[in-house]
Amino acid sequence: MDKKNKKSMRMTTILLKTFSLVGLLIAFSCTPDETQVVTEFQDLVFYDEFDTDGLINPDIWGLSDGTGTDGWGNNELQYYTDRTENASVRKGILTIKAVEEDYSGAAYTSARLSTKGLKEQKYGRFEARIKLPTGQGIWPAFWLLGANNGDGTNGTEIWPNSGEIDIMEYRGQAPTIIHGSLHGPGYSAANPITKSYALENDRFDNDFHIFGIEWTASYINYYVDDVLYNQITREQVEEKGVWVFDQPFFIIINLAVGGNFVGAPNNETVFPQTMLVDYVKVYKK
Amino acid sequence: MKTTKYKYIKATFLFLLALSITSCERELSDKAEFATYGTTGNIFIDAPVGLTDQFFVSFDPAGGANTEGFGTDESVTYQGASAIRIDVPAGDDFNGGFIGGIFVDRGTGRNLTGYDALTFWAKGSTTATIGLVGFGTDFIENKYAVGLENIKLSTDWRKYTIPIPDASKLIQEKGMFIFSAGGIGAFPEMGYTFWMDELKFEKLGTLGQPQPTMANKEDKVETKFLGDQFSMADYGLTQTFNLASGINQTVTAAPSYFSFTSSDIEVARVSDAGIVSLVGNGTAKITASIAGIAVAGSLTINVAGAFPVAPTPTLAASNVISIFSDAYTDEPVNFYNGFWEPYQTTLGGETTIDGQNVLNYTNFNFVGTQLTTPIDISEMTHLSIDILMPEVLPTDIDMLVQLKSDNTDPNTFQQQRIGGQTYAWDPRTGDVNDTESNATFETGGVWKTIKIPIRPTSETGLDKTTVNLIVIENIKNSNVTELHIDNLYLYKE
Repeated sequence: MDKKNKKSMRMTTILLKTFSLVGLLIAFSCTPDETQVVTEFQDLVFYDEFDTDGLINPDIWGLSDGTGTDGWGNNELQYYTDRTENASVRKGILTIKAVEEDYSGAAYTSARLSTKGLKEQKYGRFEARIKLPTGQGIWPAFWLLGANNGDGTNGTEIWPNSGEIDIMEYRGQAPTIIHGSLHGPGYSAANPITKSYALENDRFDNDFHIFGIEWTASYINYYVDDVLYNQITREQVEEKGVWVFDQPFFIIINLAVGGNFVGAPNNETVFPQTMLVDYVKVYKK
Repeated sequence: MKTTKYKYIKATFLFLLALSITSCERELSDKAEFATYGTTGNIFIDAPVGLTDQFFVSFDPAGGANTEGFGTDESVTYQGASAIRIDVPAGDDFNGGFIGGIFVDRGTGRNLTGYDALTFWAKGSTTATIGLVGFGTDFIENKYAVGLENIKLSTDWRKYTIPIPDASKLIQEKGMFIFSAGGIGAFPEMGYTFWMDELKFEKLGTLGQPQPTMANKEDKVETKFLGDQFSMADYGLTQTFNLASGINQTVTAAPSYFSFTSSDIEVARVSDAGIVSLVGNGTAKITASIAGIAVAGSLTINVAGAFPVAPTPTLAASNVISIFSDAYTDEPVNFYNGFWEPYQTTLGGETTIDGQNVLNYTNFNFVGTQLTTPIDISEMTHLSIDILMPEVLPTDIDMLVQLKSDNTDPNTFQQQRIGGQTYAWDPRTGDVNDTESNATFETGGVWKTIKIPIRPTSETGLDKTTVNLIVIENIKNSNVTELHIDNLYLYKE
């Protein structure tokens, strides 16, 4: 319990820093468009600190098994398994491991965890503390998909109408840069609403970093550690298409190999590669 | 364009000057403290920063280094008022066919532990390749030498990053920068100009994923002799960091950056400087780490006993022209290994094993010995060579020994197959059925004397009055990587 309180304290610090940053932005920005409103989400709804060795909590996470359709729609090269070789919990860390091996016709295996049908929420603060992998063709992500995502029947919506919030995407060949994006009708696939954030004097595969969003009915704010680096407002979205973010979403954490976003690994890519997740936390107002 | 030329100044004069200024006697203080050194990272921004007065210390002009092409330029800069300008000479420039040297800290050295890379901006007058840039070479110990080889110049400014293999070692470094550049293309290479600016040590923070290696990441196994000494620098020590751009940048790193471990110190011992001494019979595996990270690759050495003594030549000195032998006075040579780039892989040369002076070649593909002055071998009837190959020998050994003269006609030489293979040869080759010249090497680790008859010029075209080169070549790439040679001489019967 102590541990959790300490982390909450750190959260508060981050929020305070965020507030002061926003305060600066407000104070110095000339155009009203650049003013940002930050809502404080402090009510912890659920979290996973991966504190039980060997167990990926089945009340929170489901593991994918397969290659999806056309490599999850992106020509990705990995086969996602539910084996402990690809996803395991030990000493407070969830390890997702991309392995180079022949497996059911794929050249790589890895894992994809999702809270679909288990933990879904509309609005809130979603964040995770992650140490990212590295190398050409390595594509980890921490993202949200609309819970109504499906084939368009029985009240479901096909992508991108179901919406996608990418809290963090990263190319292993660009180890100082992450991307935060929104996909929806009118702004999807190669044309999302997106912004990159580059670490100064550091890189994402050297240590853990916190990736987060705060999502309300009128905007989505993107954070890395204590830096608010982007706000996408409902107005900005509606200039391009339809705001489809007023319904519950679920969380996905995955480590892809290859695919359109990163290209294939090359002979310098070292395997296995690991994505280490210290915690995942979701807050509401 | 305004170009300032810095003259090459003999370092000794400045050194004496410095001594006379600083040698005033002082009492020892009660509170002795460890010396700390300056932490300035800048080397050249708009002017040299804290470097010696001569700024640029050239490689030895006697070795072909051109000292005229170094200067600064006020009209071409990446940023600020001035950049370093290097005029790379043509290969046949009478002032020297390449340019290179070092920048040395003017004080007692700098503490660079707070940095992780040396960086600079550079551009060329044309696209070209600079053979070497780096740091850690001070022309004294070169203890922490680092080299980044073959960097490609663009005609626009581009930033270059040379990672520090392990910055914690650099508490007092004097070697701030080294470069070496030759011209473009084949001899006589074409000269060009390149500029460097904002040369400094930096804390980038964006370097990651160190991947140190030795021996090309292989688990190399070699047979060596008791009493032998060699440097781990001969086994390709490198450090690689991933840059922010995603590029893996590999540098060569001096042994002193590494911690070496021998699996059996009764067989092999490794000093802090990476010198291996073979002290007992048996097998020892040498592994390494750098800043706590294991080095990929290893070297296993089988020490099979004392180094056999080479046969003692018995011919009278008056009948011999000696090139390498303790029994005679040798003709002076320019080198016993020319390190001919880019195709030669052979390392090594003159060495002493357990008290014996021998030539020891590793990574062997071909190697040449060049005499300082061409010799007249018209009176000589044979070339004699003692060869020892320490490895377990393959059956397909096929080597070529060539004698060449100093003239420019590439077709006038004598060559001789050795190793016992018997197939077609060209008229310049001797009799393959002569078992003394085309000897078979039955076992490794023993000396074999090869006697190659000197053949008539009418058959070979060799000008016997101006012989200056002896080349040994592993002509069919048989699996022989190490050679010992002794008693290399010509004689008359």
